[in-house]
Amino acid sequence: MTARSHLSAGFLALFFVLLVIAVVGGFGFKTWLPPVASEHGAVVDKVIRYTLLTTGLVFVVGHLILAFFIVKYSRDERGTAKRLSPGVEARWALSVAFGMSIIAEVGVLVIGMPAWAAVYGEPSPDDVVVEVVAQQFGWFIRYPGKDGKFGACRPELIRRGDNPLGLDKKDPASADDIIVEDELRLPVNKPARIVLRSLDVLHSFSVPEMRVKQDIIPGYTGRTRFVPNREGTYEIACAELCGLGHYKMRGLLQVMAPQDLQRWLSEQVPAITYIVD
Amino acid sequence: MSHSHEPTTFLSKYVFSFDHKVIGIQYLITALFMAVIGGLLALTIRYQLAWPSENVVSAESYLSLVTMHGTIMVFFVISMGLVSGFGNLLIPLHVGARDMAYPFLNMLSYWVMVPACLLMIGSFFVEGGAAAAGWTAYPPLSALKDAVPGSGMGQTLWLLAMALFIVSFTMGSLNYLTTILNERTRGMSMMKLPLLTWTFLISAIIGILAFPALTAAAVMLLFDRHAGTSFFLPAGMYFEGTGVLPNMGGTPLLFQHLFWFLGHPEVYVLVLPALGITFEIIAAFGRRSPFGYRTTVYSLLCVAFLSMIVWGHHMFTSGMDPRIGEYFSIVTVMITVPFSVIGLNLIGSLWQARIRAETPMLFALGVISAMGMGGLGGLYLGTATSDMYFHDSYFVVGHFHLTIGTVTFLALFGGIYHWFPKFIGRKTNELLGKTHFWLTIIPMFAMFLLMHLQGMGGIHRRYYDVTQYSYPNASAMALMPWISYLAFALFAGQLVFAFNVIWSIFRGEKSSENPWGATTLEWTAPSPAPHGNWPDKVPVVHRDPYDYGSDGVWAQNVENAEGQA
Repeated sequence: MTARSHLSAGFLALFFVLLVIAVVGGFGFKTWLPPVASEHGAVVDKVIRYTLLTTGLVFVVGHLILAFFIVKYSRDERGTAKRLSPGVEARWALSVAFGMSIIAEVGVLVIGMPAWAAVYGEPSPDDVVVEVVAQQFGWFIRYPGKDGKFGACRPELIRRGDNPLGLDKKDPASADDIIVEDELRLPVNKPARIVLRSLDVLHSFSVPEMRVKQDIIPGYTGRTRFVPNREGTYEIACAELCGLGHYKMRGLLQVMAPQDLQRWLSEQVPAITYIVD
Repeated sequence: MSHSHEPTTFLSKYVFSFDHKVIGIQYLITALFMAVIGGLLALTIRYQLAWPSENVVSAESYLSLVTMHGTIMVFFVISMGLVSGFGNLLIPLHVGARDMAYPFLNMLSYWVMVPACLLMIGSFFVEGGAAAAGWTAYPPLSALKDAVPGSGMGQTLWLLAMALFIVSFTMGSLNYLTTILNERTRGMSMMKLPLLTWTFLISAIIGILAFPALTAAAVMLLFDRHAGTSFFLPAGMYFEGTGVLPNMGGTPLLFQHLFWFLGHPEVYVLVLPALGITFEIIAAFGRRSPFGYRTTVYSLLCVAFLSMIVWGHHMFTSGMDPRIGEYFSIVTVMITVPFSVIGLNLIGSLWQARIRAETPMLFALGVISAMGMGGLGGLYLGTATSDMYFHDSYFVVGHFHLTIGTVTFLALFGGIYHWFPKFIGRKTNELLGKTHFWLTIIPMFAMFLLMHLQGMGGIHRRYYDVTQYSYPNASAMALMPWISYLAFALFAGQLVFAFNVIWSIFRGEKSSENPWGATTLEWTAPSPAPHGNWPDKVPVVHRDPYDYGSDGVWAQNVENAEGQA
C-alpha cells in the first residue's frame, strides 16, 4: 500500500515536470500570435510577452516546488508535520501577495495603460474617420466624403438593395457619402477612427492582426481607434455571437498607401445616387 | 428535525426526504446525470469543430449545443454537484448538527431543482430548438425570434428553468448560512470550522447577494420577450422580413451588467468549495494541518469581496466607458493577491507533510496545479489591454474550462472518492480510482492548455466552422482534431469512474468509521452515518479542525489528553 502510494506520488511529480516542459515549450518557443500590424498592437504584444514571462516564471517555480514536495514528503516518516507560528505564515502570505500584486499591476498600469489610452483616448482631428455598420451577417463601410460628415440614417428608410443603411436623402451631409459592402480600406500609418453601429443585434468588430476588438451595440454609436502600420489585406471577423451566420461574417480590411486610397475613393459613386425614390 | 422521528416509508426516506445526506446524494446523482448530457453535448460540439465539412449538426443546432453545454455544466452540474451536493452532505456533519437548520426547505430546494432540470432538457424538443444565444443569453439575440430560431420557445424555457434554479439555489444558500452560523455544536467556534465549511459559508453569502441580479435580468428579459417592454432593447433594430421593431429606450448593456454581476461571483461560488474540498483532502492525506489556516480564511473573505466588484472584466470590449474598464482591470488583477496566498497555502500544506498519494489526494494535487494555471491565465484576460486581443477567443474558452471546469471536476471526483466510505459505508477501488485519475487529468489539462494556444493563434469562439478564416495561425488550427480526440478519450475514461462507483456500492471493501484517519467531525459518525448523524450525543469540539501532530492525530471532539496543552 505504502509502496504503491509512493509510486503514484512519483508519477504525479513526473507528470508535473513534464507539464512544465510542455507548457514552456508550447508557449515559450513558438509565436502563435498572427503578426501584428498596428501601432498600439505592438504594445498589446508587449503586455502579452510580459505576462508570458512573469506568469511563466511563477508557473514553473510553483510546479517544480509542488513536484519536489510530493516526492520528498511522500515517503513515510520524512515529514514531521511541523507547523509554523501564525505570524510566520502571515509573513509568507504577505510577501507572496506583494510580489504577485506587483507583477499583476505592472501589466495593467505601466505597460498596458498606454495602449488602452491610444485606443480609447481623445480623438484627434487628423483621424481618418470611417463608419462600419454591422448587420446579420455582413459589414457596411461608409466614408463621409469631402464634407467629412456622415449623413443622417434612419432605420425606417432601410431598404435592402438600394438603401441598406437608411440614408436620409434630405440631409445635405448625405450627398457625398460612399457606402461599400464588406471591404474596409484604410491608409497606412494614419490614425483610423472607426465609428461603429449595428442595425440589429450585438456584433464585435475584430481584426486580429490589428489587435482590435470592439463590440457593437445596437442603439449606440461606438468607436475604436488604431494606426495600421503595415500595408496588406486582413480579415475582419465578428467576435460576438450574433446568430446563425456568425461564423462567416467575414469582412476584409485593406491597408493601402494614402494616395491609392484617395484614387479609389474618387472612383466611387455616392450612395445617394443609387437610392430610388 | 429531531432524529428520533426516523422516516419509515420509502417515499419519506428516499424521495421526499428531509435528511441532508439523502438530499445531498440526490443532488449528486442528478448532477452526474446532467453531466452525462453536458458531456455528450460537448462531444458533438467537438466533432463539428474538428470536422466542420461533415456538417454533423446544423449551424442552428450548433449554437443550441454550445448554449446548453455551458448552461448545464455551470449551473446544473458544477453548482448542483459541488455546492448543493457536497454542501448538503457535509455541512451538518462538519458543524456537529443533526441536520440542516431548515430540513423542509432543504427538501423543497431539491424538488424545485428537478423541474428546472426537466425544463432545461425539455427545451431541446420545442419548436426552434433549445436556446441558442450562448449561456450568457445576451439580448437582443436572446430576446428576438427574428434574430435566431432558438430564441423562440427554447429561450423561454431556458429563462424559466434558470429562474427555478435560482429559487432552489437560494433556498439552499439560506440553509447553509443559517446552519453554519446557528447550528454549530458546543465548542465549534468559527475559527475551528473546517476550511470546506468556510468556503460553503462564503459561497452561500456570495450566492445570496449575486443571484438576485440574474433573477431580475431573467424576469426583465421575459417581459421584453412576451410583454412588449424594452428593458434591453434599443430603438431602431431592423430585421429583414419584419422591418424596424417598435421597441425603444432600452440598452443591451444593462443585461450584460446584470448577468455578470452574478456571472463573475458565480465563478467563486463554484471554485471556493472546490478549494475547500482540496484543503480537506490534503490535510487528511498529507497528515498535517493546512499551512496558514487564518490567512486562508482571510483570503477567502477577500476573494468574496473582490468577486462582487470586478464583473466588468467580462465587458472590457463591450463598449462600456473605457475609464470604467480601466478600473475593472485594476481591481480584477488584485484578485491575484488573495489567490496567490491560497495557492501558497495549498503548496505550503505539503511542506513537512506525510503524503499518502491515494486516489482522493491525487485529485486534490491536480486541483492545485489546475488552479495555478487557471489563475495565471486569468491575468492575460484581466489585463484590459491584452484582453482586447484575447476576448471571445479560445484563450477564454481554455481559461474558464481550466478554472470552473477542471478545478471543479477534479475536486468533485476527489470529494466523491474521499467521502464515499462515509456515506456508502464502503471504499471505492483504489486501482480503478487511480486509473480514472490519469484518464481524467491528462486529457483535461492537454485539451484546455491547447485551447489557450489556439486563442493566442487568434481563433474566435462560438464559430460553427472555424475554417472560414485564414488569419489564424496554421498550427493553432491544426490542433482542432487533436483536442477533439482528447475530449473523446476524456469521456470514455469516465466509464471507469461509473463502473468503480456502481461496483463499490455493492462490492467495495467495507469501511470503518474513519478510514483515512482524519480529524473533522464527520469521521466521528458511523459509516454510513444514520439519520440524525450520531447515534447518541452530538460531539463536542475541543480542538482545531486539523490536529495532526508529529506524535499523533486527534479528531476535533477528543478532549485534551495528558501532556497536551
